[in-house]
Amino acid sequence: MRTPPHNLFDKVWAAHAVRELVSGQTQLLIGTHLIHEVTSPQAFAMLQDLGLKVAMPHRTFATVDHIVPTDRQTEPFSDPLADAMIKALRKNCAEHGITYFDLASGRQGIVHMVGPEQGITQPGTTIACGDSHTSTHGAFGAIALGIGTSQVRDVLATQTVALGRLKVRRINVEGKLGPGVYAKDVILHIIRTLGVNGGTGFAYEYGGAVFDRFSMEERMTVCNMSIEGGARVGYVNPDETTFTYLKGRPYSPTGAAWDEAVARWRAFASESGCAYADVVTIQGADIPPTVTWGINPGQGIAITETIPDPAKTKEVDEKAAIVEALAYMKLTAGAPIKGTKIDVAFLGSCTNARLSDFKEVAKYLKGHRVSPGVKAIAVPGSQIVGKLCAELGIDRVFREAGFDWREAGCSMCLAMNPDKLVGDQLCASSSNRNFKGRQGSPTGRTLLMSPLMVAAAAVAGSVADAREVFGVR
Amino acid sequence: MALAKITSISGRGLAVPGNDIDTDRIIPARFLKAITFDGLGEGLFFDARKAVTAAGQVHPLDDARFRGAKILISGANFGCGSSREHAPQAIQKSGFRAVVAESYAEIFFGNSTTIGLACVSADRADIARLTAAVEANPALEVTVDLVRQEIRFGGQTAKLTMRDSARDALVHGRWDPIGELLEGTEAVVAAASRLPYLAVPQK
Ligand code: SF4
Repeated sequence: MRTPPHNLFDKVWAAHAVRELVSGQTQLLIGTHLIHEVTSPQAFAMLQDLGLKVAMPHRTFATVDHIVPTDRQTEPFSDPLADAMIKALRKNCAEHGITYFDLASGRQGIVHMVGPEQGITQPGTTIACGDSHTSTHGAFGAIALGIGTSQVRDVLATQTVALGRLKVRRINVEGKLGPGVYAKDVILHIIRTLGVNGGTGFAYEYGGAVFDRFSMEERMTVCNMSIEGGARVGYVNPDETTFTYLKGRPYSPTGAAWDEAVARWRAFASESGCAYADVVTIQGADIPPTVTWGINPGQGIAITETIPDPAKTKEVDEKAAIVEALAYMKLTAGAPIKGTKIDVAFLGSCTNARLSDFKEVAKYLKGHRVSPGVKAIAVPGSQIVGKLCAELGIDRVFREAGFDWREAGCSMCLAMNPDKLVGDQLCASSSNRNFKGRQGSPTGRTLLMSPLMVAAAAVAGSVADAREVFGVR
Repeated sequence: MALAKITSISGRGLAVPGNDIDTDRIIPARFLKAITFDGLGEGLFFDARKAVTAAGQVHPLDDARFRGAKILISGANFGCGSSREHAPQAIQKSGFRAVVAESYAEIFFGNSTTIGLACVSADRADIARLTAAVEANPALEVTVDLVRQEIRFGGQTAKLTMRDSARDALVHGRWDPIGELLEGTEAVVAAASRLPYLAVPQK
C-alpha cells in the first residue's frame, strides 16, 4: 500500500519527534542549536542552577554578532556591558565544549549567516536558536525556529524542546519578478498581503517558479522575514540549488557520505499532491519594489504609491493603526512615499547582508555618490562576506560612493552596538523590523526596503525608485 | 521540581492598549545588554513611558494608582517581533502574573507560559469593558480564573480562552517542561541514533 504524499514539514517533524508529552505537545529533537551572546548567558546560568550539563555539545555552535562594534572589532569593547557579554559567551563555550566562531576565527558573523556559510545548516534537520530570525535557515529545507531563553536551556540540557505542531501554508510565487524587484520585495509583499499575524500557527512553505529560480541567498532573505508575517517557521524545499550551495562547505559531508546525504535530503522535499492547510498564490509580476511607511513590517506600499490616509478606511483597527504610525513616523497621509527625505542609509542585517546583496548594489552604485547630508553605512553580515567583498573590490565601490564600509555584525538592525540612529532620524534600511525605536533611538524612524532601494535612497537623498535612479530595466 | 499550580490570579489590572505591541516596545534592545535577567523590570515599556511623560501625561506604569498591578491588559498580536524572553521576563519582574489580550504572537506566548506568566485571550468587547472598569477604579480586584475560564471584575464576568496545552500546564503545575524533557533522555538518545547527522564527529 502506498503512503499518502507528505510535505517536508511533516517528514522532518516525524523524523525528530521523540515522544508526546503530557501537555499534548511533542518533545522534538533539535539537531542543530545555534547560540549568540544576547539570549544564551541566562540559559547557561539556569543550567548551572539546575546542576545540569550540555547534553550534546557537538550539536551547538556559537558566534557573537549583536553587540560587536563594526568600526573596529578590537577588544576590549568600549562598552563594558558588551564586553561582559562576549566574555561570558567565550567562557560558557569553553567550559561546555561548544564550537565558537569567535572574532579571531575569520568565520564570525550574524548567526544566521554563519550556519549556512559553514554548511552547518542542512536540509531535513531541525534548527533552533534564541533568535526569531532563525527562520532564515529554513531556506535549506529545515524546520528552523526561534526560541526563548528557557528553551535555549532546554536544548542545552536535553537537545529537545516541547513544541506544538504547526500547520503548513504553501505560498506560491509564480511567473517572473519585474526588473528591480528582489527577494526582499517578495517577502514585504507577502507580509503586506497576509498581515503581520497572518502566519500565527503556521509554517510557511515557499515555492513556485520564482523560488525555483532563486539562489540560496534570495531564499534566505524571504525565509528570514517569515516571523515578521507571524510564521515561526518558513522554508523552501531542497533542490539542486541547495546541494550546490552546500557542497564543499566546512561542515558539509564529503565523499560517499555526501552522496548519501544528498539522497536523504532530497527525500525530505514535499511530494507532489501532498496536503497543505492553506495555499496562497501570488504572481511575481504583481510584486512592486516595496517600501514600508509605518511601524510594523506589514505597513508597506509600492514605491509608486502614496502614504495611506486614515480618512479613507472605515475599518476601525486599520484606521487607528495608520494614525498611530503616521504620528510616530511624522509622515503625511496621502503624500507620495517617493521623495521622502532620509538621514541615514543602512545596508546590512541577516535579511540582506550577503555577498549577492552587495554585489548587486555595487553593479549599479559605481559612478554614483551618496547625497551630502546622508550617513550611509554598509555592514557585511559575516567576516567571510567582508573578505569576499574585499577580494572582488566591492568594498571599494561602496567607499568611493561615500558609504562607510564596516566589519561584520548586526549593527544598526537593532543597535545594540554603537551604530544607532540619533533623535528622529529617518533611515532607509535593508533590515527586517521598523518597530518604534528599533534602530537605537526611541524616536528613530525606519523604512524597510531592498538593498538596491537603500542605495537609491542614499544617492538621491530621499526615498527613490531604484529603477529610475540606476536605470534598471 | 515541584512547580506552583497556577489556577487563578487576582489583583489590580493595568491597561496598555493597542494592537501589534512588539517586543522592542515591551523591552527596548539596550536593556538586553546584560548576562542576567535581573533588573529587567525597570526597562518595561521604557521608551513608551518616556514619550508619554514628555507629552505631559502619565503612563499607567508610572501612575501611582496602578502600582502593584498584577494583570496587564492589551490588544491583538501582543508580543510580536523578537523571540527575546526578556519581554515576558520584564513583565513578570514588574510584578505582573497574567496578561489579558486579544491575541498573542506565538513565540511570546510560549516563552510566557514557560516562565509561568499566564497569557489569556478575551474578546475585544470584553477587553474594552475590563479596561473601562479598571480605569474607572484602579483599585478594582480582577480575577483571571484559569479553571473556570473566566475573568471576574466588579460583578462582571468575561469569558477567557487559552490554548488547552498551556492552560493545563499552568493549572497542573507543568508549565516549565524541563523536568519532563529530562525524563525522556533514553528516548532522545534512541531518536538521535536514527539521524546520521547527529553522530559525534570522529576526530
Ligand atoms: S541582524 Fe538584526 S534581526 Fe538579524 S540577528 Fe542581528 S539583530 Fe537580529
